[in-house]
Amino acid sequence: MLDEIQNSPLESAHVRLGAKLVSFAGWSMPIQYTSIMDEHTAVRTKCGIFDISHMGQFVVTGPAAAAWLDGMLVNNIATLAIGDGQYTLMLNETGGVIDDLIAYRAGEQEFFLVVNASMIDEDFHWLENHRVAGADLRNESAMWAGMAVQGPDSQAVFAQACPGQILPPRNGIGRFASGEIVCRTGYTGEDGFEFFTPVAAGIAAWENFMAAGAKPCALGARDTLRLEMCYPLNGNDLSPERSPIEAGLGFFCDLEKGEFIGREVLAKQKQHGPALKLTAIQYLEKGPPPRAHYPVLTADGEVIGELSSGVLSPSLMIGIGMAYLPAEFSKIGTVLQIQVRENLYPAYVVKKPFYKKHKS
Amino acid sequence: MNIPEDLRYATSHEWARLDGDIATVGISDHAQEELTDVVFVELPTMGRTFDAGDPTAVVESVKAASDIYAPLAGEIVEVNPQVEADPSLVNTDPYGKGWIFKLKVKDAGHFGKLLDAAAYRAHIS
Repeated sequence: MLDEIQNSPLESAHVRLGAKLVSFAGWSMPIQYTSIMDEHTAVRTKCGIFDISHMGQFVVTGPAAAAWLDGMLVNNIATLAIGDGQYTLMLNETGGVIDDLIAYRAGEQEFFLVVNASMIDEDFHWLENHRVAGADLRNESAMWAGMAVQGPDSQAVFAQACPGQILPPRNGIGRFASGEIVCRTGYTGEDGFEFFTPVAAGIAAWENFMAAGAKPCALGARDTLRLEMCYPLNGNDLSPERSPIEAGLGFFCDLEKGEFIGREVLAKQKQHGPALKLTAIQYLEKGPPPRAHYPVLTADGEVIGELSSGVLSPSLMIGIGMAYLPAEFSKIGTVLQIQVRENLYPAYVVKKPFYKKHKS
Repeated sequence: MNIPEDLRYATSHEWARLDGDIATVGISDHAQEELTDVVFVELPTMGRTFDAGDPTAVVESVKAASDIYAPLAGEIVEVNPQVEADPSLVNTDPYGKGWIFKLKVKDAGHFGKLLDAAAYRAHIS
């Protein structure tokens, strides 16, 4: 049944809201409700709510859980306090990215992992095949409806929608007495939280957050928001052929913590410097929105790569994208060209992220 | 849904208005609504000739690039610089200020073969 398209537990709410639905990572999901621009702006200035029910949730428990996960993931699990979370990646033997995820420590011997929708089965099998005694692994992906409430007003929305409940600190995880899980994380660069509730309660929770002021936002705006922050999207900006060092995610890789899958490759790349770097590129002037797979050329017209992601930034109103480029072309200020159909548009390498909050 | 009676339509959602042998072309209200957020219009080169159904211009929203096809065969005699400067005109005034190009048509007789308003309304419903 691999090819079957899955429906979100929130699907009927999306249909009522007039969403345009598309197939994404094996799921039928909203791409937009009213307008990507409006939804993007709502998250940057007020508060938006995204259906993230397609994402996967794994629970890892047991006395060996922490040590085992530290051998499977690049970031340092052992340093996580109970109630804290961290961005991390799971690599193959050659240091390539299988998936990026957030790992939360829900208890001394209990971890909650949130993984990408398209990777649920592959991640689970990879973990299960490497599992050790004393670590139990459960796939709870089908149990949870998920929604991300994001934006500067998200705390106020939480306070109104969940009276008496406590929002965990940044990157943290909490659990209501009634069982819902709330994580102070997101994929937009704004303050916000991700809320997981049993599937049957999903629509009520969605409507509750909407009533508290969160505007429905969909995958289109999620993509523009995350790219403005240079947050990678697995399948576009991350792949089994590219390491987190090449992706510019070395900050999240603890090469000193001990052995983990892919460590040796990362250590070598870190020592010598990666040959390719995931580079942030911005148009010099107005032009057609850059998109994934458009060729990237030097100022002299030599093709040196292609965009892994690209959008018109609704915040900056200019084209932005990322590409794996030879390190010598990844220096800030380097002038490049993006090819769109038959035309070339001048662009240059900028410092990540594209969008800086509270610019003064 | 606004589908003016005095225009003809292609199944690919362009509209055309014929004055003599000059056809003005844009995209329908339905098409702009489907696209939403038009952020870029790539205009055809003046003097180029196209067959009916040839990709002639490109209208881009945040989420996708869409080809605009010539509803009739002809030569580009005028393009609308206003939609290049302000692509949102395609959304706000698709049948007026949001027109995209004008063709000197090869055979004005083919205009009548495009869908009329009723047929286009049936096509999109």
